[in-house]
This record gives sequence, structure tokens and C-alpha cells, in this order.
Amino acid sequence: MPGSAGRFELHEVPFEPGQTVLDALRWIRIHHDPSLAIRFSCINANACKECMINVDGKTAYACTTRLTEDEMALEPLPNKSLIRDLVTEIAPPDERLATDR
Amino acid sequence: MQTDVLVIGSGAAGMYAAIGAARAGARVVLVDRSLIGRGGATVMAQMTVAAALGEEAPDHWEHHLADTLKAGRGLCDPALSRLLCEDAPECIREMDRWGVGWARNEKHIRQVQAPGHDRPRCVYVDFVNTGPAVSKILRAQLNRIPEIRRVGELVVTDLAVQDGICVGAHAVHVISGELLSLNAKATIIATGGLTRLYQRNSASINMGGDGYALALRAGAELVDMEFVQFFPIGHLAPRLVGMDPIMWDPFRYKLGGKLLNAEMREFLNEDGRYVSVRDHATHAILEEVAAGRGTPHGGAWLSFRHCSEAELRSAFGPIIDRLAGNGIDLTRQAIEVAPIAHYHMGGIRADTDMQTSVPHLFAAGEAVGGANGANRLSGNAITEAFTFGRRAGLRAAALAAKTAIPSMRQEPETGPSRGGPVSGINPAAEIARLQGGMNRDVGPRRTRAGLERTLEHITGLAVECAELPAPRAGLDPEWLDLHDLRNMRLVAECIAQAALAREESRGAHQRQDFPETSEGWQKHQGVRLACDGVRLES
Repeated sequence: MPGSAGRFELHEVPFEPGQTVLDALRWIRIHHDPSLAIRFSCINANACKECMINVDGKTAYACTTRLTEDEMALEPLPNKSLIRDLVTEIAPPDERLATDR
Repeated sequence: MQTDVLVIGSGAAGMYAAIGAARAGARVVLVDRSLIGRGGATVMAQMTVAAALGEEAPDHWEHHLADTLKAGRGLCDPALSRLLCEDAPECIREMDRWGVGWARNEKHIRQVQAPGHDRPRCVYVDFVNTGPAVSKILRAQLNRIPEIRRVGELVVTDLAVQDGICVGAHAVHVISGELLSLNAKATIIATGGLTRLYQRNSASINMGGDGYALALRAGAELVDMEFVQFFPIGHLAPRLVGMDPIMWDPFRYKLGGKLLNAEMREFLNEDGRYVSVRDHATHAILEEVAAGRGTPHGGAWLSFRHCSEAELRSAFGPIIDRLAGNGIDLTRQAIEVAPIAHYHMGGIRADTDMQTSVPHLFAAGEAVGGANGANRLSGNAITEAFTFGRRAGLRAAALAAKTAIPSMRQEPETGPSRGGPVSGINPAAEIARLQGGMNRDVGPRRTRAGLERTLEHITGLAVECAELPAPRAGLDPEWLDLHDLRNMRLVAECIAQAALAREESRGAHQRQDFPETSEGWQKHQGVRLACDGVRLES
């Protein structure tokens, strides 16, 4: 949550070679926690560029980062303001509702 | 928020509509549930755009129209098809002037011959970059026009209809959870199609049929809802990331390629050429699979092993490296492909002014039904987005110019109400179940039993989806899923009902129990929402 100290939640997901971090996050939303907030739109094509997060300390697209069998640390982008969970404010300022009024 | 013209959705159709309306003197608000110009189908289009430019070979829009009507299997609305074909060259040239970068040789814009076209007619942007380039150029144009306000992250939950006239829309700001009313003299639905209803799809998560659900609840008529196009050679295996699953289309129009069954035999009589139109190819692949001649993952092999590394590189440059990053070497291996939900021929019924059956409500792009009949020709989707978007913008602006700003009752009449738990179900899981059933029973191979089974599932969800509460807080993912499920469920019911009623096979609609095309069925089915649910009209 914005303003509060970050915390990690541990989720175990089934591993299938070739799967992506985004696949895992979508699996968690369906099977464990439908309230988990993530941002994506094109699913797998790396066209919308909306799924950018921090994976093991590095900026990455969730849709093109392959899942590994080890633990992976997923965090919201550190340099953007946090909205919720893994979602940060990435919309161009002149396309946000707040600046509109 | 008040405006002359409200445009819902910012793919190519919505962006072109906004530009068209602003050029005609209107103030425009362009909203999208995702980021502006990033979340629709356009940005993912990695293929071609059809227009009778006559750059590669002499051409005329009438030839394009003839091919479009032929592919549509007798069900095109000829006036809409004509608009698409006739206005196409102008839009393509305008995009060219704006710097989209259509692929060229020294002398002219390149045009390739896609399946179903009688000559080279389809333009593209290298490498496999048509959609992103189109989106980028339209975004750049939007940004130059001060009369267009762009607002992303805004989900339209319902249209506002007063005394039978559309006066704007009710929306939720996804990030803050705030409810707001958008008051407009004219409204354009440009929300794209419904491919998200299917488990295997080539589109973004925004393509859950929002516009069809909005139109239905506002009292508008839909048409041809049973005709969902499956793109025959969607990527199946090995797992590929960072590429749109329809990427093999450009490979085939540049390099040919062989579509093979498990016996490594060509089954489409193509002889290495890319000539089969989509409905034929889709059904041929599924016939092979049903006959036990499918690939390990249940599709067909697509092979480019006849191409040298140099040929591949010259045609696709950096894409070859991206494939290598996925462990794919086309000189050594065939890949598996299978039909994937790709486009919707049906949609909101509109005339050539893009006016729907509800006054002051327009539609544009894939959201409109009819131009492509029972089977869409390769390359017509982006063309449809440009031409219908531009037309809708112009006509909506003209109507707005002679309309006073309608008074809008402050309390949203049909908007979500505040408070309460979102739902007793896990909507994300329900969406996945719905997609599974649609793929199995309401996809390219249909039977009465399957359609009835999935219809039962769909109607069983109606209670959970009857009312949409308001989000509990800012960014409420369960609320958004419930919103999506509600729209997807309603639109799924339209498709399944229409598919069950149409007891014949035609184009994208293939009934295993009615395999022949019937002359008596060369007609459209309309769909409306009555007080007791979805109602078909033919």
C-alpha cells in the first residue's frame, strides 16, 4: 500500500519450463489471491509494455521474464509512485484523471 | 466531465475517431480502460493492412471490395464493406504522410498478396511492427491536438441513456475507484472485439467485448454475433514469449512456408504458398487434428526449413534473434501452430455514418458488425479501424455541432452503486472457466450439445453478474474482474445463442451437426437485450 513499509508475501506456483513471471502472477490471481493487483494488457506479446516490475532487483517485463525453479523476488518499480501491490503509476501525466481537473 | 464527442477505446479506431472529430471542430474526450494507445488490439497487430493503393500492381477499390465480399460468404453488409475498401487508400496515404513508415522499395510502398486477395494489396511496417508503428503515429497525432483530452485508466461501466438518447457514459477511475459521469453530445464506442472470451486468443485482456455489452444494455442492436474468426496458424509450441502468437502470418507472406500434418504432408493443397483463407485453413487444421493427424500439442506443423539463414535474416532481421532467444531455429525445426481466437466479424449494427440504433451513439472499428460477413479477409481489420474511425469521428462531430449539451441527471441511473463486498465468487477463476468452455464448445467446431452445455454454464453465472457494485477502494482488481466477467458473460450468451440458432455451416461458424451451407440461412441474426435476457431477431 502507498505510504506503508513494503512486505513480501510468499506464493508457491507450479513450475512448467518456459513459463513466465506473468503466467505465475495470473495463476496466483486465479488460485490463491484474486485481490493481487498487477498491471498488464497484452498478456504475452511485449507490445503494451505495461507489466514492468522489479524482478530480483532488476527492472524487467513480467511477460518476457522466464520463471525459474528458485524463489524469485517481485517488487513494484522503485522509481514510480506505488498504487497497490505490484502496480505503480506509469501513465503519462497528461493522461491521468487527476491532472485533468 | 462534459464534452462534444466522447470516444471510448484508444486503439486505431478510437484514435482515428478522436482525430476525425477534432478536425471537424469538436471538443473530444478520449478514454481507455488501459493506457492510451497501448492496450487494444491495434498495438499487437503484427501483420498487414489492405488497401487498393495500386503501388505494387494496378488496383482499384472495387477489386478489393469484390475480394472482401467473396471472403464474407454472402453475409457482408455491402455498404459497410464498400466504405472500408473505398476510403482505405486515403487513410493509408494519410498515415504515410504522418510518417508511419510503410515498408518501401526504391520506388514505391511495398504491397504483399495475402490470402484471399486477387493481387498484392497489403502494406506493412518492418520488422513485424505494423501495430506498434500505427499506434505510435496515431498517439503522436493525438498529442498535437489540444481539443482532444486523453484520459487513461477509466473503465466505462455503462452508457447514459435518457429518453432513448445516449448522453454520455458512467465510468470508474480504476486507480482511485472514483465514480464519474461523462456527459457528451455524441458517443463513439471503439472498444474492439471479444477475443478474450476464448482461452486461446491473440489479443489483450481489454478485448472482453465491453463495447457490445455497453451497446446491448443501452438498447442498441448487435448483429452476426456467431461469427468469431479464428486465425488458423496461431503459435502453439514451443513456448514463445515477447511475440504476438499471430506472428507467423508475416513469415508466410514473405517466405511461403509449409503447413504439415503429423505425417509431414501438406493438407491444404498450397504447395508452399500462402493462399488459404482463414475459415478454410482453420477447419482444415482442426479436421487433421480430429482425424488423429495433429501435432503433439494438437495443431499442425509450420516449416520454414526450406529457407536459408540468410533468407530468414534478410526477411526478418532482429526477429530471428528473438526467436533464437526462445530456443527456436527455423532452419532446423518446424513449429506447432493451431487456430486462435483473433477477430470478431459480428458486432454493433451501424449504418455507413457509423450511427447505431440508439440516437447519438456511434461505433467504430472491430466493434461494428457486418463489413466482413462470415469470414474476414486478411488485412481488413486495421483498414476497418482507420476508415470507420475517421467516419465516426466526422459524423459524431457534425451531430454534436447541432446538439445542445444534454442535461444529465447527476445520480448515475445505471452506474454502479457504492459499498458491499464485490461478490461471493472468485471472478478471475470464473473468467478462466468461461474461457475454457467457450474455447471447447463455442469456437470453430460447434455442435448443439456443446453449445447447450456452455449456454447452461453461461446462464448459470447470470445471478452473480446481475448487479455491479462500486469498487471498494482504489485499484480493486476483484471489482475489475467482476466487471469484466459481467460483460463477458453477456456477450458469450449472445454468441452461443446465435450459434445455436444458426443450423448451417458458413465461414467461421461451423456446425458439426449441420455441415452444409444453407441458402435459407443467407441472412443476419440481430441480438437485443430484452427484460428477460438476450433475444435473437432474424
